[in-house]
This record gives sequence, structure tokens and C-alpha cells, in this order.
Amino acid sequence: MKKLILTGAVLAMTAGVAMAQDVVRMGTEGAYPPYNFINDKGEVDGFERELGDKLCEMASLNCTWVTNDWDSIIPNLLSGNYDTILAGMSITEERKQTIDFTQNYFPPAASAYVAQNEDVDLQGVIAAQVGTIQADYIAQSGATLLEFATLDDTIAAVKNGEADAVFADKDALTPFISDGSGLVIAGEDVPLGDGIGIGLRKSDTALKDKFNAGITTLKENGELNALITKWFGADAKTF
Amino acid sequence: MFSNCADPSQLEGLSWLLCYLTSGKHMMFYTSFFVVIALMLIVAPVALLFGFGGALAARAHFAPLRWFGKGYTSMVRGVPDIIFFLFVPVAMDQALEYLRYKMVCPPSDAPVWSNNEFNVCAAAKLPLSSSPQIYHEVYGFFLAVIAFAIVFGAFAANVLYGAMNAVPRAQLETAEAYGMSTAQVRRRILIPQMWTYALPGLSNLWLILIKATPLLFLLGVPDIVYWARELGATKSQIYDYPHPDWRLWYFLALLVFYLGMTRISEIILGRLTARLAQGQATMAGEAMRKAQT
Repeated sequence: MKKLILTGAVLAMTAGVAMAQDVVRMGTEGAYPPYNFINDKGEVDGFERELGDKLCEMASLNCTWVTNDWDSIIPNLLSGNYDTILAGMSITEERKQTIDFTQNYFPPAASAYVAQNEDVDLQGVIAAQVGTIQADYIAQSGATLLEFATLDDTIAAVKNGEADAVFADKDALTPFISDGSGLVIAGEDVPLGDGIGIGLRKSDTALKDKFNAGITTLKENGELNALITKWFGADAKTF
Repeated sequence: MFSNCADPSQLEGLSWLLCYLTSGKHMMFYTSFFVVIALMLIVAPVALLFGFGGALAARAHFAPLRWFGKGYTSMVRGVPDIIFFLFVPVAMDQALEYLRYKMVCPPSDAPVWSNNEFNVCAAAKLPLSSSPQIYHEVYGFFLAVIAFAIVFGAFAANVLYGAMNAVPRAQLETAEAYGMSTAQVRRRILIPQMWTYALPGLSNLWLILIKATPLLFLLGVPDIVYWARELGATKSQIYDYPHPDWRLWYFLALLVFYLGMTRISEIILGRLTARLAQGQATMAGEAMRKAQT
């Protein structure tokens, strides 16, 4: 095993310096269906996978997908472990200070509360995923914020009564209420953010231009709307 | 894996479960057990080596070497593990890439570190962006081994340092009286005798190492705890095998694995302790001698 790893490491260091340089490593979380998730074959799947592959094909880039914890997804982009973030990441002023975004590929979507019954106190204990715009919103709304590392954990917290409700992207929450789990939408929808874009390093302007051009084309020929409808249902907001 | 698994929505009961447990994702889960075991088996000797070096350095007569040995152990022991795991691999990765940047990148004015970003030309990336994912994982694994070895080496150094001091002074004096040099005393008397004192501390470290392996995920290597959480989480209709929150079952499986590992380690360490006690000037060694006569 050790020998194998050493050989692997040496190979990794020497392998094809002159090989195609335009390999783009696409970073995602892999735990946010239907935006991105790991399917039963163990591959990255979802709306962003399909969109990303299409964009890469249009720009003739060779793309590979990697998953990374949500917590460290921006730091690892900055240190060059991968080149893009397609992880349902909303474009916000705060994030724009550290990374760049392409134009949005998903319209500003509604966020919603999900609870065990409809008349729950939305100023009570609200669960949200750490580092999301929803978590920021709850922190400012006066409710008690309970943060979790993944969306699954926030749902589990509502189910076992630890939190009164969970606040997240409505589209990400929808699969959890349709499967007969007894969870319902509570309160009004809240529009947050400027939509979802591809996160890039600020120095990566060439890549940003390529993806921006691709997204513009897909918006114009309606393929992006078709993709959104395919993954998020006919009720989803389109461009 | 099986041909009848093509359409999981048509399956029921046992055949559903069989297909579910052999899905590609589960295969990755099973593989991660071997990754974790491999990590432990590789880290243990490397950390022991680091510890040995640290302990010998801390005992050295040459003052700077002694300071280095003592500094290494107290620094690592004083800093929380998780900070080390976040710092060492990132620092090492950037240092290696910076070296390659110096060697292979065409000269440019762009600074390597700017605005929180770390930018080197594509040819200096480690591993290259174009190399397959397996290289990235092997590289992450390699960084993990170094980080684990540095941390556990420091603890091992302290254990070995204590064990070397525990060897009865009379033993060493006798050796000196026979005319052995310092190096000979160390090699022939001190090191063979110290193991019996070091083993309880080292066995503790080994068991802590078994439980510390989930830190692997911090370095981008999916480990068993990551997969258990991912596989057990509620799966909506979007997946081939929808199911409610099954994390409890997955974590129970991990519990069995960890307890099994602990039990196997205890048996092996018990045998090793008995073997090392033989002929030693300790209570266990004395008891063995009496039992034989």
C-alpha cells in the first residue's frame, strides 16, 4: 500500500506537465439536492452538474467535478484546489469581497420556513445551514439561530423538535415536504439574494468571461429555463 | 452491480435492500474502510519514527538539538489537533507548489499570494488540475499521513522520552562498567529495555489514532464517518433509493467497526506487553520468571 501511494504521489508530481492545461475543476458541495447531490452511483449529479457540463462543452473545456465541505468551500477555491464553485451559492455583497461571480444562472429564489405545523412561532428557534444567506437573515430577524453544517442536519433538527422551523432555499426544501414526512411550509416566502452564480477567483477573469458568455447563450435560447423546469418542477421561477 | 438492480423502483423487500447495499455509493463506503485502516497502519510506524527522533533529540547533549526536541513536543502538544490539521497540509501544499512555481513557471510579475488568493501557473499545481481525481485523493492522503505523523509523533516522543528515563539507572551503569560507549549503551541496553515502559502510553496513542481518522475529511479524503452521514441522510424521491433518516443504522455499523478495531488492538497489544515483559527488571517480568521456575 505504502509503495503504491509513493508511486502514486511521484506519478502525480511528474505526470504530463505538458498535458491539456484547460482542465477546469468544478467544486460543489454534493449535499444540496436538487442543485447538487451525489447519486447512487457515487457521482455528482443534479441541476448544477447538468448545467456545468453544458457550459464546459460550449466553451470546449475539460471539466472534472470535486466535492468539498460547504464550510471550507471558499477558502479551498482561493488556495486553488478547484477553479469554480457551483453549489447553489447566492451572489451577495459579502461574498463578492472575496470571490467573483458570473451572472446568475438561477433567478433570485424564494427562501421558506419549513416546520412540523403551519402556525409555528417564526421568532422561536430557527435552524439554518451555516454560512448561508438564510443564516444571516435569521440572525438579523430576531429569532434564535441554530446553525448546522448541512441541510440534512437542519431538517433532522426540526423533525426531532430541536428547532421550531428550518429556513432555507424553498427549492431545496421542497423534496423534504413531498415525501410524506409530515413537514409543511410555514409563514410567507422571503426573497433573498441576487440569484445564484458561479463563484470564481478574482484573478480568473478569462474563465469568468467564458462562463458568462455560455450563460447568456443558454438564457437566450431558453435551454436554461428548460433545465430549471426539469429539475425544479413547472412551478419554479425561470428567466 | 446485479442486473436486476437496473430499476430500483420496481424492487421490494430483500432484493431492494441487496441492490441498495451494493450501489456504487455503498461500494465507495466500503472502500473507505480500507482507506482508514491503511492510514492507521501507515501513520503508526511513521509517527513512531518521528517520536523516536524527537525523544532522542530531547535527550541529546548538544543543546540546540535538545531545544529542538523539546520545542517540537511541547509545541505540538499545546496546539489543538484540529488547528494542526488545518494548518500543516495547507502550508505544506502551498510550500510544495511554491517550490515548483520557482522551478517550472515562466517568470511573471503576478504575486503568488495576493487578496487571500494563492496563484501559481497551471504547471506548478500539485497535483496538476489535469491529473485524474485519484491522484488528488492520493495526494490528500499523503498530506494527511504527514500531518497525523507530526501530531502523533510529538505525543509518541514524550512517551518514549519518559520510557527512556524509566529504565533503571543501575542497568545503564552496569553496561558502562563493562566498558560500553554511550552509543552502545543506548543501542544495547536502553532501547531494548524501554519498550516495556513505553507500551502503555503507545497503546493509548494507537487507540486515539483509530478514533482520530475522521479528521481525514478535512483534507478532502472521504472517510467512513463522512460516508455514513451522507448515506444515512434522508433521501428524497430524486434518488434511486429513497429512504428516511437512516443515520442511526450507519452509525451503529461504525460503532461495531470501531469497537472491533479496539478489541483486536487490545488482544495484540496484550500479547506484545507479555512478550516485552520477559526478562525485564519489572514486576511483570519478575512474575514471569517465578512462574517459569
